Amino acid sequence: MAEMKTAAYICRGCGIGERIDAPQTAKIAEREGKMNLVRSHEFLCSATGVQTIRDDIEKEGVTHVMIAACSRRSKTEAFQFPTVAVARANLREGVIWSQPDTPEAKETTQEMADDFVRMGCAEVKKMKVPAGNPNVGHNKRILVVGGGVSGMTAALEAAKAGYEVVLIEKERQLGGWAAKLWKRVAFREPYADPADTGVEQMIAAVGSEKRIKVHLNSVIAKTSGAPGCFTVEISTESGSGLTEEVGAIVQASGFTTYDATKLPEFAYGKSPNVVDQAGLERLARQAAAKGEPIRRPSDGGEVKSVAFVQCAGQRDETGKHLPYCSGFCCNTSIKQAMYFKDANPEVDTVVIYTDLRTPGNGEDFYRSAQKKGVIFTKGKGTGVEPNGATCKVHFRDLILDEDVAISEVDLVVLATGQVPNSGVNIDLPPEAQDKGEVKPVSILNLTYRQGRDLPQLKWGFADSHFICFPYETRRTGIYTAGPVRRPMDIAQAMEDATGAALKAIQAAENAELGRAAHPRSGDLSFPIVRLEGCTQCKRCTVECPFGAIDEDEKRYPVFNESRCRRCGTCMGACPVRVISFENYSVDTVGAQIKAVDIPDEFSEKPRILVLACENDAYPALDMAGMRRLAYSAFVRTIPVRCLGSVNTIWITDALNSGYDGVMMMGCKHGDDYQCHFVKGSELASYRMGKIDDTLKQMALETERVATYEVAITDIERVPQLINDYAKVIEKIGMSPMKGFA
Amino acid sequence: MTGVVATNQTILVVGGGISGITAALEAAECGKDVVLAEKSPTLGGRTTLLYRYFPKLCHPTCGFEINLRRLKANSRLKVLTLAEVVKISGSRGDYTATIKISPRYVNENCTACGACAEAVQATVENPFNYNLNQMKAAYLPHAMAYPQRYVLHPSIIGTPDAEKAKAACKYDAIDLTMQEETIELKVGAVIWATGWQPYDAARIQPYGYDRFANVITSVEFERIADPHGPTGGRILRPSDGKEAKDIAFIQCAGSRDENHLRHCSRICCMASLKQTSYVREAWGDQGRSTIYYIDIRAIDRFEDFYARVRADATVKFVKSKVARITEDQKTGDVILHGVDTEGYHRYETRHDLAVLAIGMEPSVNAADIPAEIIADSSGFIESSPEGSGLFGAGCATNALDVNRSVQSATAAALRAIQVVNKVARAET
Repeated sequence: MAEMKTAAYICRGCGIGERIDAPQTAKIAEREGKMNLVRSHEFLCSATGVQTIRDDIEKEGVTHVMIAACSRRSKTEAFQFPTVAVARANLREGVIWSQPDTPEAKETTQEMADDFVRMGCAEVKKMKVPAGNPNVGHNKRILVVGGGVSGMTAALEAAKAGYEVVLIEKERQLGGWAAKLWKRVAFREPYADPADTGVEQMIAAVGSEKRIKVHLNSVIAKTSGAPGCFTVEISTESGSGLTEEVGAIVQASGFTTYDATKLPEFAYGKSPNVVDQAGLERLARQAAAKGEPIRRPSDGGEVKSVAFVQCAGQRDETGKHLPYCSGFCCNTSIKQAMYFKDANPEVDTVVIYTDLRTPGNGEDFYRSAQKKGVIFTKGKGTGVEPNGATCKVHFRDLILDEDVAISEVDLVVLATGQVPNSGVNIDLPPEAQDKGEVKPVSILNLTYRQGRDLPQLKWGFADSHFICFPYETRRTGIYTAGPVRRPMDIAQAMEDATGAALKAIQAAENAELGRAAHPRSGDLSFPIVRLEGCTQCKRCTVECPFGAIDEDEKRYPVFNESRCRRCGTCMGACPVRVISFENYSVDTVGAQIKAVDIPDEFSEKPRILVLACENDAYPALDMAGMRRLAYSAFVRTIPVRCLGSVNTIWITDALNSGYDGVMMMGCKHGDDYQCHFVKGSELASYRMGKIDDTLKQMALETERVATYEVAITDIERVPQLINDYAKVIEKIGMSPMKGFA
Repeated sequence: MTGVVATNQTILVVGGGISGITAALEAAECGKDVVLAEKSPTLGGRTTLLYRYFPKLCHPTCGFEINLRRLKANSRLKVLTLAEVVKISGSRGDYTATIKISPRYVNENCTACGACAEAVQATVENPFNYNLNQMKAAYLPHAMAYPQRYVLHPSIIGTPDAEKAKAACKYDAIDLTMQEETIELKVGAVIWATGWQPYDAARIQPYGYDRFANVITSVEFERIADPHGPTGGRILRPSDGKEAKDIAFIQCAGSRDENHLRHCSRICCMASLKQTSYVREAWGDQGRSTIYYIDIRAIDRFEDFYARVRADATVKFVKSKVARITEDQKTGDVILHGVDTEGYHRYETRHDLAVLAIGMEPSVNAADIPAEIIADSSGFIESSPEGSGLFGAGCATNALDVNRSVQSATAAALRAIQVVNKVARAET
């Protein structure tokens, strides 16, 4: 790269010119910021203003641009200069809009602006334009794990887009559960009758698609690598192994039905006339094959009365069974009741339910069942009593609020729900992982340091915890689809798998270009480690929320750049500060902290450092500015990628150089975490839990560092937090550390 | 003037709500050229008008911020606002879309400094608060609006107010001569993601939405709870600004009803369960929420959210389809009449405010989409005809929650990519 040439641009627009002494600020950029070129402009985001910068880059050889204008969130596209390093000093939302326009405030407002310019200059000089990940893989084949409806859909849809697919199925044939159904729930108008599953056509389509390679009777023995370059060892039933190279993975490992033998009160296993929903499908297929109606399993007798017990072992509050609702079972029972009613309207069919859940057009299907004479009773099944060839079904009638029973039921169907096949729960300690009745079998057998399978969200579902980003797993380039992600029916699984196929394709495409995946999509920076300084403490490998870092045999970290999401949690974790990004590092932030002018302890002008999550707290501050909500002029704000990227050295440096307090603003953590890097804010809070000792060693009050959970909507709260904190600092007094740095 | 260049390898996404934004971003992040056309002056759609999401109670604007960052960083994605797609002709891999672009009267010079809004006197109803309050006729739709650029309401064009706005702008950003224009884009595939709208509550006559001030819809209640909303986030009732502490939530308002919407709108049970948490947040133990329901459809993982709400002693559940609402004219209170089916007793219960968990209907009836698509009888997009390159996404296809809308939009992005990749393969 050419020699560094720096330039600062001070915008005077939007009132900045009226509120601050721009020539003085320009002088600071020149003298203190040591910028090679300093320009002031009355309207920098205008076409002419932007052209000025562009000309300087092209003709003057400017390599580092510091723009002092509005927030980095404003005019982002106008100020995009991809070939040079760019830093933004927020003089509009962060200074003039957050400070009162009064003569008394003029001095502190100017100081704030001057400091933001000092910080911007210091930052940009430490930045580099990311050169791009050198370790990219070029493989764009998609591996699909599981040959049920979800897996086959993912495979077919990826192939249709022109991608090669490897499909692995552990059974001898494709089709999964759907192949075991007689019919599926209606999925198009008029939503009146059970429909053909279409599974056979789908299996045929997979067979004739030349881009799909199928391995039956196969499981994954080992998965290693990263997006763009996964190596997957496959073991087949015959014992022979083979290896496939792929670029991304869709895990569609499906579900198992909840084990009905765990429900002795419903006599499953005691009477052959009590079946689960899968059992009824089997009976229906057998009957259809013979061209006969469904008969009573115990003696082949005629079925005159059928009872469906919903939520059997589901929505359980006792802690013994599934706590969740599987979502599909109401429609399935309706469909199965129709098997009987369509064949013979004289058969009595009763669905015993607590809440009937047929969302969307399922309501028409429900209505159709009512028209066909299916009876729906609001009640909670309590027991099944076999009595000769029939059963007595006991339930609590929730309308009459009394215990009732139906006698002479020929067939009882239990709606038992879905249990995800998500492999090993890696969040359990290793000794607990393999305990339990059935030893869990890993699906992916990842060689990742953090475990063999995908992290699970809840109840075994390998789901995202984001409302807006349902596909985001914590393992880059590996996406779940279908009931392993969330309980779902066929229609939804097909939609889900199509989306997951897109995400896999996208991961492989971006891996090749060295770009980050969500949420910093397109980011070309990646963590760079100076291994000679590493002490093998393993904190980065343990704390990475995405399992991107492995360890070599000497316990040094091995960064898999294409698995990295660029949150910087590793950088925040590293006690010896050997991890950095080209455009975001211990130095880019550290230099900003040090650039701030610290008035002496008699000035009554404390300095408070605010480290704010760039996605939530920082926008909240911006929007507070847009509303002209004033806050203390003593804060100096630095946006951070995630609070998880905050290295403790920034805090100690700040305090050592005389800051009076540090406020850290990150996202909510805990079960309903809102951190877009999943673990970042939680780790930050954990690390800061230990900062008190450091403060004591420095003979400082513990109040000098405070951590807050801030949401993007906290527009009124954030200024309040700042002002309250400024009062706390006023009360405890100025830091004794001033003047020593 | 839009400067948008498109080819038959470009994907056009119609609608800039969460589904459209998602479809556009997911396709663009696969390296495809995308044009996203939104009818209103800002992206974000209805989700940005929600205070919180269920079940995490997180804020929609948080995800929107991430999506805006993705969008700003992606040069393959072009956004058109105030842009309505009026016609699509041609066939898969070779469509021509006709797009009508309404004047904003503000050009890209706008810095969103707000000087025009200060200068303008006239106010208009604020659609970004479901018309619960007024806004200046020169406005930024909301704090997260994208593009971050003001808009002049057409009603002030030709009035002195417009001239005042122009005079106040130092950046030559106000252009009162802007005219409606129509552009044509060549595109390979189209994703139709025009979303939903609340069912017209006034049509549910027994509930008196059009007669009683204190009968509001669930979407309006979101605005009332939101700090950006008309009451600054305080739960005050419309009739008299009194604190609304005892609130009735009426489920299936318009949904599951042969006289209105036949379908179940899927989200309303969870939305009301969520909204009881707003009541708790505002009033603590002093709040009272009553949910009148047929079935509580807290499907799959959401069951535990339902359990959490049930455990809240301030929340009561009544299994009943409310028959009608009357108003106590002296107090403005609403009185709900019906039969509690658990035990079959009649009730006449007074509340401060009734919130109708209003059903979802497609904002553009699929039968009116200016291209070939298969509509269902409720006006949702059921599917694409064989060989079509036009795909539905999100709530244009069904009543979906945000999670499912995003799934649907991601799937639609792949279907569109299949089309343009085929075009690309044929051309190379």
